[in-house]
Amino acid sequence: MVRELTVISGKGGCGKTTLAASFSALARNHVTADADVDAADMHILLDPEIQRRETFHGLNIATKNDDICINCGKCFENCRYGAFDPDNTLHQEKCEGCAVCELVCPVGAIKMVERQAGEAYISSTRFGPLVHAKLHAGEEASGKLVALVRERARTVAEEHGKDLIVIDGPPGTGCTVIASITGVDMVLIVIEPTLSGIHDSRRIIEVARHFRIPSMVCINKFDINLENTERIMEFCQAEGIEVAGKLPYDENATQAMMAGKTVIEFSDGVLSGNIRDIWKKIEKALS
Amino acid sequence: MLSEEKGPGTDTVTTITDRGLNVRITVASGKGGTGKTTIATNLALSTGGSVLIDCDVEGPNSHIFFPGPMKKLKEVSIPAPEFDLEKCTYCGKCAEFCQYNAISVIGEKLLFFEELCHGCGGCKIICPVNAISEREHRIGIMEHNPERTLFHGLLDISEPFGVPIIRELKGLAKNEGVTIFDSPPGTACPAVEAIRDSDFCILVTEPTPFGLNDLKLTVDVVREIGIPFGVVVNRDGIGDDQVERYCSEEKIPLLARIPNDLEIAKAYSNGTPMVEVFPRYRKIFEELYERIGRMV
Repeated sequence: MVRELTVISGKGGCGKTTLAASFSALARNHVTADADVDAADMHILLDPEIQRRETFHGLNIATKNDDICINCGKCFENCRYGAFDPDNTLHQEKCEGCAVCELVCPVGAIKMVERQAGEAYISSTRFGPLVHAKLHAGEEASGKLVALVRERARTVAEEHGKDLIVIDGPPGTGCTVIASITGVDMVLIVIEPTLSGIHDSRRIIEVARHFRIPSMVCINKFDINLENTERIMEFCQAEGIEVAGKLPYDENATQAMMAGKTVIEFSDGVLSGNIRDIWKKIEKALS
Repeated sequence: MLSEEKGPGTDTVTTITDRGLNVRITVASGKGGTGKTTIATNLALSTGGSVLIDCDVEGPNSHIFFPGPMKKLKEVSIPAPEFDLEKCTYCGKCAEFCQYNAISVIGEKLLFFEELCHGCGGCKIICPVNAISEREHRIGIMEHNPERTLFHGLLDISEPFGVPIIRELKGLAKNEGVTIFDSPPGTACPAVEAIRDSDFCILVTEPTPFGLNDLKLTVDVVREIGIPFGVVVNRDGIGDDQVERYCSEEKIPLLARIPNDLEIAKAYSNGTPMVEVFPRYRKIFEELYERIGRMV
Protein backbone atom coordinates (compact mmCIF):
# COMPACT_ATOMS: atom_id res chain seq x y z
CA MET A 1 0.00 0.00 0.00
CA VAL A 2 1.25 3.46 -0.92
CA ARG A 3 1.46 5.89 1.99
CA GLU A 4 1.30 9.67 1.53
CA LEU A 5 2.88 12.44 3.60
CA THR A 6 2.28 16.15 2.94
CA VAL A 7 4.49 18.91 4.35
CA ILE A 8 2.43 22.06 5.02
CA SER A 9 2.72 25.22 7.11
CA GLY A 10 -0.09 27.72 6.65
CA LYS A 11 2.43 30.57 6.48
CA GLY A 12 4.81 30.57 3.54
CA GLY A 13 8.59 30.57 3.81
CA CYS A 14 8.71 28.38 6.92
CA GLY A 15 10.93 25.77 5.28
CA LYS A 16 8.45 23.32 3.72
CA THR A 17 10.46 22.72 0.55
CA THR A 18 13.80 22.56 2.38
CA LEU A 19 12.36 19.83 4.61
CA ALA A 20 10.41 17.95 1.95
CA ALA A 21 13.50 17.84 -0.30
CA SER A 22 15.56 16.52 2.62
CA PHE A 23 12.96 13.82 3.24
CA SER A 24 13.19 12.95 -0.43
CA ALA A 25 16.94 12.48 0.02
CA LEU A 26 16.38 10.27 3.07
CA ALA A 27 13.43 8.15 1.96
CA ARG A 28 14.31 4.90 0.26
CA ASN A 29 11.47 3.77 -1.97
CA HIS A 30 9.34 6.75 -2.80
CA VAL A 31 7.93 9.26 -5.26
CA THR A 32 8.22 13.00 -4.61
CA ALA A 33 5.39 15.37 -5.57
CA ASP A 34 5.48 19.17 -5.63
CA ALA A 35 1.95 20.35 -4.88
CA ASP A 36 2.88 24.03 -4.69
CA VAL A 37 1.88 24.38 -8.33
CA ASP A 38 1.76 28.17 -8.57
CA ALA A 39 5.19 28.73 -7.03
CA ALA A 40 6.96 25.40 -7.36
CA ASP A 41 10.55 25.27 -6.09
CA MET A 42 11.30 21.59 -5.53
CA HIS A 43 12.84 21.27 -9.01
CA ILE A 44 15.58 23.70 -7.98
CA LEU A 45 16.89 21.20 -5.43
CA LEU A 46 16.06 17.96 -7.25
CA ASP A 47 17.21 18.91 -10.75
CA PRO A 48 14.61 16.80 -12.57
CA GLU A 49 14.89 15.37 -16.05
CA ILE A 50 11.41 15.53 -17.54
CA GLN A 51 10.26 12.17 -18.88
CA ARG A 52 6.65 12.91 -19.63
CA ARG A 53 4.71 16.14 -19.89
CA GLU A 54 1.01 16.68 -20.28
CA THR A 55 -1.15 19.72 -20.86
CA PHE A 56 -3.44 20.67 -18.03
CA HIS A 57 -6.83 22.02 -19.04
CA GLY A 58 -8.44 23.87 -16.19
CA LEU A 59 -11.98 25.10 -16.44
CA ASN A 60 -13.27 26.23 -19.81
CA ILE A 61 -13.21 29.92 -20.64
CA ALA A 62 -15.84 32.13 -22.27
CA THR A 63 -15.29 33.53 -25.76
CA LYS A 64 -17.68 35.96 -27.44
CA ASN A 65 -18.41 36.49 -31.11
CA ASP A 66 -19.21 40.19 -31.43
CA ASP A 67 -20.55 39.71 -34.97
CA ILE A 68 -23.46 37.69 -33.61
CA CYS A 69 -23.92 39.56 -30.29
CA ILE A 70 -27.12 41.63 -30.17
CA ASN A 71 -26.09 43.51 -27.00
CA CYS A 72 -29.07 42.27 -25.02
CA GLY A 73 -27.06 42.50 -21.77
CA LYS A 74 -27.99 39.05 -20.46
CA CYS A 75 -24.34 38.00 -20.05
CA PHE A 76 -23.58 41.14 -18.04
CA GLU A 77 -26.71 40.67 -15.88
CA ASN A 78 -26.03 37.04 -15.06
CA CYS A 79 -22.25 36.88 -14.67
CA ARG A 80 -21.37 36.98 -10.96
CA TYR A 81 -17.64 37.42 -11.46
CA GLY A 82 -17.62 40.78 -13.20
CA ALA A 83 -16.30 39.31 -16.44
CA PHE A 84 -18.64 41.48 -18.52
CA ASP A 85 -18.83 45.26 -18.58
CA PRO A 86 -22.24 46.95 -18.77
CA ASP A 87 -21.57 47.35 -22.51
CA ASN A 88 -21.13 43.54 -22.70
CA THR A 89 -17.36 43.64 -23.25
CA LEU A 90 -15.87 40.37 -22.05
CA HIS A 91 -12.82 40.33 -19.73
CA GLN A 92 -11.55 36.79 -20.03
CA GLU A 93 -9.14 37.16 -17.13
CA LYS A 94 -12.10 37.47 -14.76
CA CYS A 95 -13.93 34.43 -16.15
CA GLU A 96 -14.32 31.60 -13.62
CA GLY A 97 -15.56 29.16 -16.25
CA CYS A 98 -19.10 28.72 -14.89
CA ALA A 99 -20.70 28.85 -18.40
CA VAL A 100 -23.74 30.83 -17.24
CA CYS A 101 -23.16 33.42 -19.99
CA GLU A 102 -23.22 30.71 -22.64
CA LEU A 103 -26.42 29.39 -21.09
CA VAL A 104 -28.26 32.71 -21.09
CA CYS A 105 -27.05 34.10 -24.43
CA PRO A 106 -30.11 33.96 -26.70
CA VAL A 107 -28.17 34.04 -29.97
CA GLY A 108 -25.28 31.68 -29.29
CA ALA A 109 -22.65 34.44 -29.36
CA ILE A 110 -20.82 32.99 -26.38
CA LYS A 111 -18.99 29.69 -26.46
CA MET A 112 -17.02 28.06 -23.68
CA VAL A 113 -13.69 26.80 -24.98
CA GLU A 114 -10.90 24.73 -23.48
CA ARG A 115 -8.04 26.67 -22.02
CA GLN A 116 -4.55 25.47 -21.43
CA ALA A 117 -3.99 26.32 -17.80
CA GLY A 118 -0.67 24.64 -17.15
CA GLU A 119 1.52 21.60 -17.55
CA ALA A 120 2.22 18.57 -15.39
CA TYR A 121 5.48 16.62 -15.52
CA ILE A 122 6.73 13.22 -14.52
CA SER A 123 10.49 13.43 -14.10
CA SER A 124 13.40 11.39 -12.92
CA THR A 125 15.79 12.69 -10.27
CA ARG A 126 18.70 11.36 -8.22
CA PHE A 127 16.09 10.57 -5.54
CA GLY A 128 13.65 8.73 -7.78
CA PRO A 129 10.59 10.03 -9.61
CA LEU A 130 9.31 13.59 -9.15
CA VAL A 131 5.84 14.66 -10.22
CA HIS A 132 5.52 18.42 -10.55
CA ALA A 133 3.61 21.05 -12.47
CA LYS A 134 3.50 24.62 -13.64
CA LEU A 135 0.34 26.67 -13.51
CA HIS A 136 0.25 29.39 -16.15
CA ALA A 137 0.36 32.95 -14.85
CA GLY A 138 -2.80 33.93 -13.05
CA GLU A 139 -4.78 30.80 -13.84
CA GLU A 140 -7.76 29.43 -11.98
CA ALA A 141 -8.22 25.84 -10.89
CA SER A 142 -4.90 25.40 -9.13
CA GLY A 143 -6.60 22.88 -6.82
CA LYS A 144 -7.44 20.76 -9.84
CA LEU A 145 -3.81 20.80 -10.94
CA VAL A 146 -2.74 19.67 -7.47
CA ALA A 147 -5.24 16.82 -7.73
CA LEU A 148 -3.72 15.87 -11.10
CA VAL A 149 -0.17 15.91 -9.64
CA ARG A 150 -1.26 13.63 -6.82
CA GLU A 151 -3.08 11.28 -9.17
CA ARG A 152 0.00 10.96 -11.38
CA ALA A 153 2.22 10.46 -8.33
CA ARG A 154 0.03 7.56 -7.20
CA THR A 155 0.14 5.99 -10.67
CA VAL A 156 3.94 6.31 -10.81
CA ALA A 157 4.22 4.83 -7.30
CA GLU A 158 2.11 1.84 -8.28
CA GLU A 159 3.91 1.30 -11.58
CA HIS A 160 7.34 1.37 -9.92
CA GLY A 161 6.39 -0.47 -6.74
CA LYS A 162 7.07 2.54 -4.51
CA ASP A 163 5.52 2.58 -1.07
CA LEU A 164 5.60 6.29 -0.17
CA ILE A 165 4.75 9.67 -1.70
CA VAL A 166 6.42 12.74 -0.16
CA ILE A 167 4.33 15.80 -1.05
CA ASP A 168 5.58 19.38 -0.74
CA GLY A 169 2.45 21.39 0.01
CA PRO A 170 1.49 24.99 -0.75
CA PRO A 171 1.00 27.76 1.84
CA GLY A 172 -2.45 28.90 2.99
CA THR A 173 -5.61 27.01 3.88
CA GLY A 174 -7.58 27.20 0.62
CA CYS A 175 -8.22 24.98 -2.38
CA THR A 176 -4.61 24.01 -3.17
CA VAL A 177 -3.94 23.08 0.45
CA ILE A 178 -7.15 21.09 0.73
CA ALA A 179 -6.35 19.31 -2.55
CA SER A 180 -2.84 18.48 -1.31
CA ILE A 181 -3.88 16.98 2.03
CA THR A 182 -7.23 15.21 1.50
CA GLY A 183 -6.80 11.49 2.01
CA VAL A 184 -3.09 11.53 2.90
CA ASP A 185 -1.86 9.41 5.80
CA MET A 186 -0.16 12.22 7.65
CA VAL A 187 0.74 15.90 7.45
CA LEU A 188 3.88 17.42 8.87
CA ILE A 189 3.16 20.99 9.90
CA VAL A 190 6.22 23.25 9.82
CA ILE A 191 5.96 26.16 12.24
CA GLU A 192 8.34 29.05 12.76
CA PRO A 193 8.30 30.63 16.21
CA THR A 194 6.96 34.01 15.11
CA LEU A 195 3.53 35.38 16.00
CA SER A 196 2.62 35.18 12.31
CA GLY A 197 3.79 31.59 12.11
CA ILE A 198 1.82 30.67 15.23
CA HIS A 199 -1.32 32.42 13.96
CA ASP A 200 -1.23 30.58 10.64
CA SER A 201 -0.27 27.23 12.15
CA ARG A 202 -3.32 27.27 14.41
CA ARG A 203 -5.45 27.63 11.29
CA ILE A 204 -3.70 24.84 9.40
CA ILE A 205 -3.95 22.52 12.43
CA GLU A 206 -7.71 23.11 12.35
CA VAL A 207 -7.82 22.37 8.62
CA ALA A 208 -5.96 19.08 9.12
CA ARG A 209 -8.32 18.19 11.94
CA HIS A 210 -11.37 19.05 9.83
CA PHE A 211 -10.24 16.58 7.19
CA ARG A 212 -9.31 14.05 9.91
CA ILE A 213 -5.67 13.79 8.96
CA PRO A 214 -3.11 12.87 11.63
CA SER A 215 -0.58 15.67 12.18
CA MET A 216 2.95 16.03 13.47
CA VAL A 217 4.73 19.33 14.03
CA CYS A 218 8.27 20.48 13.31
CA ILE A 219 9.43 23.81 14.72
CA ASN A 220 11.86 25.45 12.32
CA LYS A 221 14.37 28.14 13.31
CA PHE A 222 13.29 27.47 16.89
CA ASP A 223 16.14 29.54 18.34
CA ILE A 224 14.90 32.77 16.72
CA ASN A 225 12.43 33.11 19.57
CA LEU A 226 12.62 30.61 22.41
CA GLU A 227 9.57 31.99 24.18
CA ASN A 228 7.40 31.47 21.12
CA THR A 229 8.91 28.01 20.66
CA GLU A 230 7.82 27.20 24.19
CA ARG A 231 4.29 28.42 23.39
CA ILE A 232 4.16 26.19 20.31
CA MET A 233 5.34 23.19 22.39
CA GLU A 234 2.61 23.95 24.92
CA PHE A 235 -0.27 24.26 22.52
CA CYS A 236 0.84 21.19 20.59
CA GLN A 237 0.77 19.25 23.83
CA ALA A 238 -2.66 20.64 24.67
CA GLU A 239 -3.89 19.70 21.19
CA GLY A 240 -2.34 16.22 21.43
CA ILE A 241 -0.03 16.78 18.47
CA GLU A 242 3.45 15.29 18.61
CA VAL A 243 6.36 17.66 18.02
CA ALA A 244 8.67 15.55 15.87
CA GLY A 245 11.58 17.90 16.38
CA LYS A 246 13.05 21.39 16.51
CA LEU A 247 15.46 22.72 13.92
CA PRO A 248 17.88 25.58 14.57
CA TYR A 249 18.35 28.61 12.36
CA ASP A 250 21.23 27.53 10.15
CA GLU A 251 22.82 29.27 7.18
CA ASN A 252 23.45 25.83 5.70
CA ALA A 253 19.80 25.71 4.61
CA THR A 254 20.32 28.73 2.33
CA GLN A 255 23.79 27.61 1.30
CA ALA A 256 22.45 24.20 0.27
CA MET A 257 19.75 25.90 -1.78
CA MET A 258 22.38 28.05 -3.51
CA ALA A 259 24.26 24.86 -4.37
CA GLY A 260 21.09 23.20 -5.69
CA LYS A 261 21.34 20.50 -3.06
CA THR A 262 19.30 19.21 -0.17
CA VAL A 263 20.56 19.97 3.34
CA ILE A 264 21.26 16.25 3.80
CA GLU A 265 23.69 16.18 0.86
CA PHE A 266 25.19 19.58 1.52
CA SER A 267 26.23 19.32 5.14
CA ASP A 268 26.61 16.74 7.84
CA GLY A 269 26.09 19.22 10.65
CA VAL A 270 23.50 19.70 13.38
CA LEU A 271 20.67 20.71 11.04
CA SER A 272 21.19 17.68 8.86
CA GLY A 273 21.33 15.41 11.91
CA ASN A 274 18.13 16.87 13.35
CA ILE A 275 16.30 16.40 10.07
CA ARG A 276 17.39 12.76 10.04
CA ASP A 277 15.94 12.30 13.54
CA ILE A 278 12.65 13.87 12.48
CA TRP A 279 12.53 11.66 9.41
CA LYS A 280 12.99 8.55 11.55
CA LYS A 281 10.00 9.56 13.66
CA ILE A 282 7.89 10.20 10.59
CA GLU A 283 8.85 6.89 9.01
CA LYS A 284 7.88 5.12 12.19
CA ALA A 285 4.56 6.97 12.43
CA LEU A 286 3.79 6.12 8.82
CA SER A 287 4.58 2.42 9.09
CA MET B 1 14.94 55.37 -14.61
CA LEU B 2 16.66 55.33 -11.25
CA SER B 3 19.38 57.72 -12.35
CA GLU B 4 16.83 60.43 -13.03
CA GLU B 5 15.74 60.43 -9.45
CA LYS B 6 16.74 62.90 -6.85
CA GLY B 7 18.84 61.79 -3.94
CA PRO B 8 17.20 60.45 -0.83
CA GLY B 9 15.58 62.87 1.55
CA THR B 10 15.07 65.70 -0.92
CA ASP B 11 11.34 65.18 -0.85
CA THR B 12 9.04 64.66 2.08
CA VAL B 13 7.18 61.44 2.63
CA THR B 14 3.85 62.99 2.01
CA THR B 15 4.57 63.60 -1.67
CA ILE B 16 1.76 61.43 -2.96
CA THR B 17 -0.92 62.67 -0.61
CA ASP B 18 0.25 66.27 -1.02
CA ARG B 19 -0.47 65.94 -4.68
CA GLY B 20 -3.94 64.77 -3.70
CA LEU B 21 -3.43 61.53 -5.52
CA ASN B 22 -5.43 58.41 -5.00
CA VAL B 23 -2.89 55.59 -5.07
CA ARG B 24 -3.34 51.86 -4.68
CA ILE B 25 -0.17 49.93 -4.01
CA THR B 26 -0.17 46.13 -3.82
CA VAL B 27 2.64 44.24 -2.11
CA ALA B 28 3.02 40.79 -3.68
CA SER B 29 5.42 37.87 -4.08
CA GLY B 30 5.20 34.41 -5.56
CA LYS B 31 7.04 32.76 -2.74
CA GLY B 32 5.53 32.87 0.72
CA GLY B 33 7.50 34.20 3.66
CA THR B 34 9.63 36.63 1.69
CA GLY B 35 8.42 39.63 3.65
CA LYS B 36 5.21 40.92 2.02
CA THR B 37 3.63 41.66 5.38
CA THR B 38 6.84 43.23 6.69
CA ILE B 39 6.95 45.61 3.73
CA ALA B 40 3.20 46.31 3.71
CA THR B 41 2.91 47.04 7.43
CA ASN B 42 6.09 49.10 7.73
CA LEU B 43 5.21 51.07 4.61
CA ALA B 44 1.72 51.74 5.98
CA LEU B 45 3.17 52.82 9.34
CA SER B 46 5.70 55.11 7.63
CA THR B 47 3.08 56.89 5.55
CA GLY B 48 0.62 58.82 7.64
CA GLY B 49 -3.04 58.54 6.72
CA SER B 50 -2.75 55.41 4.64
CA VAL B 51 -5.08 52.44 4.87
CA LEU B 52 -3.76 48.88 4.78
CA ILE B 53 -5.95 46.09 3.42
CA ASP B 54 -4.58 42.60 4.07
CA CYS B 55 -5.86 40.39 1.23
CA ASP B 56 -4.10 37.21 2.39
CA VAL B 57 -7.41 35.76 3.56
CA GLU B 58 -5.95 32.27 4.10
CA GLY B 59 -3.36 33.57 6.55
CA PRO B 60 -3.60 37.29 7.31
CA ASN B 61 -0.75 38.50 9.52
CA SER B 62 -0.73 42.30 9.25
CA HIS B 63 -2.96 42.71 12.31
CA ILE B 64 -0.20 41.21 14.44
CA PHE B 65 1.82 44.40 13.85
CA PHE B 66 -1.01 46.81 14.65
CA PRO B 67 -2.24 47.61 18.14
CA GLY B 68 -5.76 46.88 19.26
CA PRO B 69 -8.03 43.94 18.68
CA MET B 70 -9.65 43.38 15.31
CA LYS B 71 -13.40 43.88 15.26
CA LYS B 72 -15.87 42.18 13.00
CA LEU B 73 -16.96 44.27 10.05
CA LYS B 74 -19.19 41.76 8.30
CA GLU B 75 -19.58 38.18 7.19
CA VAL B 76 -18.88 37.29 3.60
CA SER B 77 -21.18 34.85 1.84
CA ILE B 78 -21.66 33.49 -1.61
CA PRO B 79 -24.98 32.25 -2.97
CA ALA B 80 -25.53 28.50 -2.82
CA PRO B 81 -28.42 26.52 -4.27
CA GLU B 82 -31.24 25.10 -2.20
CA PHE B 83 -33.12 22.19 -3.73
CA ASP B 84 -36.87 21.72 -3.35
CA LEU B 85 -37.04 17.93 -3.57
CA GLU B 86 -40.85 18.03 -3.81
CA LYS B 87 -40.53 19.80 -7.15
CA CYS B 88 -37.30 18.10 -8.33
CA THR B 89 -37.81 15.57 -11.11
CA TYR B 90 -34.21 14.32 -10.93
CA CYS B 91 -33.72 15.17 -14.58
CA GLY B 92 -30.03 15.79 -13.84
CA LYS B 93 -29.78 19.01 -15.89
CA CYS B 94 -28.25 20.94 -12.97
CA ALA B 95 -25.60 18.27 -12.42
CA GLU B 96 -24.82 18.13 -16.10
CA PHE B 97 -24.47 21.92 -16.28
CA CYS B 98 -22.39 22.52 -13.13
CA GLN B 99 -18.79 23.12 -14.27
CA TYR B 100 -17.47 22.49 -10.78
CA ASN B 101 -19.04 19.04 -10.29
CA ALA B 102 -20.79 20.30 -7.18
CA ILE B 103 -24.05 18.47 -7.97
CA SER B 104 -24.56 14.81 -8.64
CA VAL B 105 -27.89 13.15 -9.54
CA ILE B 106 -28.02 9.37 -9.41
CA GLY B 107 -31.46 7.87 -9.95
CA GLU B 108 -33.80 9.54 -7.46
CA LYS B 109 -30.97 10.88 -5.38
CA LEU B 110 -29.42 14.36 -5.51
CA LEU B 111 -26.11 15.11 -3.85
CA PHE B 112 -24.77 18.64 -3.39
CA PHE B 113 -21.11 19.26 -2.52
CA GLU B 114 -21.19 22.74 -1.05
CA GLU B 115 -17.42 23.14 -0.87
CA LEU B 116 -17.13 22.76 -4.65
CA CYS B 117 -19.85 25.33 -5.44
CA HIS B 118 -18.69 28.71 -6.79
CA GLY B 119 -22.17 30.25 -6.45
CA CYS B 120 -22.57 31.01 -10.16
CA GLY B 121 -26.33 30.44 -10.13
CA GLY B 122 -26.32 28.36 -13.32
CA CYS B 123 -28.20 25.43 -11.77
CA LYS B 124 -31.05 27.73 -10.77
CA ILE B 125 -31.33 29.08 -14.31
CA ILE B 126 -31.24 25.69 -15.99
CA CYS B 127 -33.71 23.87 -13.71
CA PRO B 128 -36.84 23.29 -15.84
CA VAL B 129 -39.21 23.00 -12.87
CA ASN B 130 -37.96 25.87 -10.66
CA ALA B 131 -36.89 23.50 -7.92
CA ILE B 132 -33.75 25.50 -7.11
CA SER B 133 -33.65 28.67 -5.04
CA GLU B 134 -30.65 30.32 -3.42
CA ARG B 135 -29.48 30.92 0.10
CA GLU B 136 -26.37 32.54 1.54
CA HIS B 137 -23.39 30.32 2.26
CA ARG B 138 -20.88 31.92 4.63
CA ILE B 139 -17.26 31.56 3.57
CA GLY B 140 -15.53 33.96 5.96
CA ILE B 141 -15.48 37.35 7.63
CA MET B 142 -13.92 40.78 7.30
CA GLU B 143 -12.47 42.63 10.29
CA HIS B 144 -10.91 46.02 11.03
CA ASN B 145 -8.73 47.59 13.71
CA PRO B 146 -10.15 50.22 16.12
CA GLU B 147 -8.77 53.12 14.04
CA ARG B 148 -10.06 51.67 10.77
CA THR B 149 -6.61 51.96 9.24
CA LEU B 150 -6.32 48.19 8.77
CA PHE B 151 -8.80 45.76 7.24
CA HIS B 152 -8.45 42.06 6.64
CA GLY B 153 -10.44 38.99 5.72
CA LEU B 154 -10.43 35.49 7.14
CA LEU B 155 -11.46 32.52 5.04
CA ASP B 156 -13.33 30.00 7.16
CA ILE B 157 -11.51 26.74 7.88
CA SER B 158 -12.20 24.11 5.20
CA GLU B 159 -13.52 26.69 2.71
CA PRO B 160 -11.49 26.50 -0.52
CA PHE B 161 -12.20 29.81 -2.30
CA GLY B 162 -11.10 33.09 -0.82
CA VAL B 163 -11.46 35.24 -3.93
CA PRO B 164 -14.98 36.55 -3.09
CA ILE B 165 -13.60 37.88 0.23
CA ILE B 166 -10.66 39.53 -1.54
CA ARG B 167 -13.12 41.13 -3.96
CA GLU B 168 -15.14 42.58 -1.07
CA LEU B 169 -12.00 43.74 0.72
CA LYS B 170 -10.85 45.59 -2.36
CA GLY B 171 -14.25 47.27 -2.52
CA LEU B 172 -13.49 48.88 0.87
CA ALA B 173 -10.72 51.03 -0.61
CA LYS B 174 -11.70 54.66 -0.78
CA ASN B 175 -11.01 56.71 -3.87
CA GLU B 176 -8.71 59.01 -1.97
CA GLY B 177 -5.34 58.86 -0.30
CA VAL B 178 -3.04 55.89 -0.15
CA THR B 179 -4.30 52.32 0.08
CA ILE B 180 -1.80 49.48 0.50
CA PHE B 181 -2.85 45.91 -0.25
CA ASP B 182 -1.00 42.94 1.21
CA SER B 183 -1.40 40.15 -1.37
CA PRO B 184 -1.61 36.41 -0.74
CA PRO B 185 1.42 34.40 -1.95
CA GLY B 186 1.45 32.50 -5.22
CA THR B 187 0.53 33.40 -8.77
CA ALA B 188 -2.97 31.90 -8.96
CA CYS B 189 -6.37 33.58 -8.77
CA PRO B 190 -6.21 34.96 -5.19
CA ALA B 191 -2.95 36.81 -5.94
CA VAL B 192 -4.27 38.08 -9.27
CA GLU B 193 -7.44 39.37 -7.60
CA ALA B 194 -5.32 41.28 -5.07
CA ILE B 195 -2.96 42.79 -7.67
CA ARG B 196 -5.57 43.69 -10.28
CA ASP B 197 -6.67 47.36 -10.48
CA SER B 198 -3.66 48.58 -8.47
CA ASP B 199 -1.64 51.56 -9.61
CA PHE B 200 1.62 49.96 -8.58
CA CYS B 201 2.88 46.60 -7.44
CA ILE B 202 5.84 46.01 -5.11
CA LEU B 203 7.29 42.54 -5.61
CA VAL B 204 9.11 41.35 -2.52
CA THR B 205 11.73 38.68 -2.93
CA GLU B 206 14.79 37.27 -1.23
CA PRO B 207 18.15 36.84 -2.97
CA THR B 208 18.01 33.03 -3.16
CA PRO B 209 17.23 30.56 -5.97
CA PHE B 210 13.69 30.03 -4.57
CA GLY B 211 13.17 33.77 -4.33
CA LEU B 212 14.38 34.35 -7.90
CA ASN B 213 12.32 31.50 -9.36
CA ASP B 214 9.12 32.73 -7.74
CA LEU B 215 9.92 36.36 -8.56
CA LYS B 216 10.07 35.47 -12.25
CA LEU B 217 6.67 33.78 -12.04
CA THR B 218 5.19 36.84 -10.36
CA VAL B 219 6.74 39.20 -12.90
CA ASP B 220 4.89 37.21 -15.60
CA VAL B 221 1.63 37.76 -13.75
CA VAL B 222 2.13 41.48 -13.16
CA ARG B 223 3.22 42.05 -16.75
CA GLU B 224 0.09 40.26 -17.93
CA ILE B 225 -2.08 42.42 -15.69
CA GLY B 226 -0.16 45.39 -17.03
CA ILE B 227 0.65 47.66 -14.09
CA PRO B 228 3.95 49.31 -13.17
CA PHE B 229 6.04 47.42 -10.64
CA GLY B 230 9.40 47.24 -8.92
CA VAL B 231 11.29 44.87 -6.67
CA VAL B 232 12.22 45.01 -2.99
CA VAL B 233 14.96 42.60 -1.93
CA ASN B 234 14.45 41.39 1.61
CA ARG B 235 17.12 39.66 3.72
CA ASP B 236 19.70 41.25 1.47
CA GLY B 237 22.99 39.47 2.02
CA ILE B 238 21.85 35.89 2.62
CA GLY B 239 22.23 34.69 -0.94
CA ASP B 240 23.80 35.93 -4.15
CA ASP B 241 23.30 38.68 -6.73
CA GLN B 242 21.14 36.68 -9.16
CA VAL B 243 18.00 38.62 -8.32
CA GLU B 244 19.75 41.92 -8.92
CA ARG B 245 21.20 40.70 -12.20
CA TYR B 246 17.79 39.49 -13.30
CA CYS B 247 16.22 42.85 -12.44
CA SER B 248 18.84 44.80 -14.36
CA GLU B 249 18.54 42.50 -17.40
CA GLU B 250 14.77 42.86 -17.37
CA LYS B 251 14.97 46.60 -16.61
CA ILE B 252 12.92 46.18 -13.47
CA PRO B 253 13.59 48.94 -10.92
CA LEU B 254 15.11 47.72 -7.67
CA LEU B 255 13.23 49.86 -5.19
CA ALA B 256 14.84 48.98 -1.88
CA ARG B 257 16.95 46.49 0.03
CA ILE B 258 16.16 45.35 3.54
CA PRO B 259 19.28 43.91 5.16
CA ASN B 260 19.40 40.40 6.59
CA ASP B 261 19.42 41.40 10.23
CA LEU B 262 18.69 38.96 13.04
CA GLU B 263 17.34 41.89 15.07
CA ILE B 264 14.68 42.50 12.42
CA ALA B 265 13.78 38.81 12.47
CA LYS B 266 13.47 38.87 16.25
CA ALA B 267 11.28 41.99 16.22
CA TYR B 268 9.14 40.36 13.53
CA SER B 269 8.78 37.19 15.59
CA ASN B 270 7.26 39.27 18.40
CA GLY B 271 4.93 41.23 16.15
CA THR B 272 6.92 44.45 16.44
CA PRO B 273 7.18 46.59 13.30
CA MET B 274 10.83 47.29 12.52
CA VAL B 275 10.27 51.00 11.88
CA GLU B 276 9.14 51.33 15.47
CA VAL B 277 12.10 49.62 17.13
CA PHE B 278 14.76 50.68 14.65
CA PRO B 279 14.03 54.23 13.47
CA ARG B 280 17.04 53.94 11.14
CA TYR B 281 14.95 51.67 8.92
CA ARG B 282 12.17 54.20 8.61
CA LYS B 283 14.23 55.97 5.96
CA ILE B 284 14.13 52.89 3.71
CA PHE B 285 10.35 52.99 3.69
CA GLU B 286 10.14 56.74 3.26
CA GLU B 287 12.42 56.50 0.23
CA LEU B 288 10.50 53.53 -1.10
CA TYR B 289 7.29 55.48 -0.84
CA GLU B 290 8.79 58.51 -2.47
CA ARG B 291 10.17 56.46 -5.32
CA ILE B 292 6.80 54.84 -5.99
CA GLY B 293 5.21 58.29 -5.92
CA ARG B 294 7.36 59.25 -8.86
CA MET B 295 6.55 56.09 -10.79
CA VAL B 296 2.75 56.18 -10.70
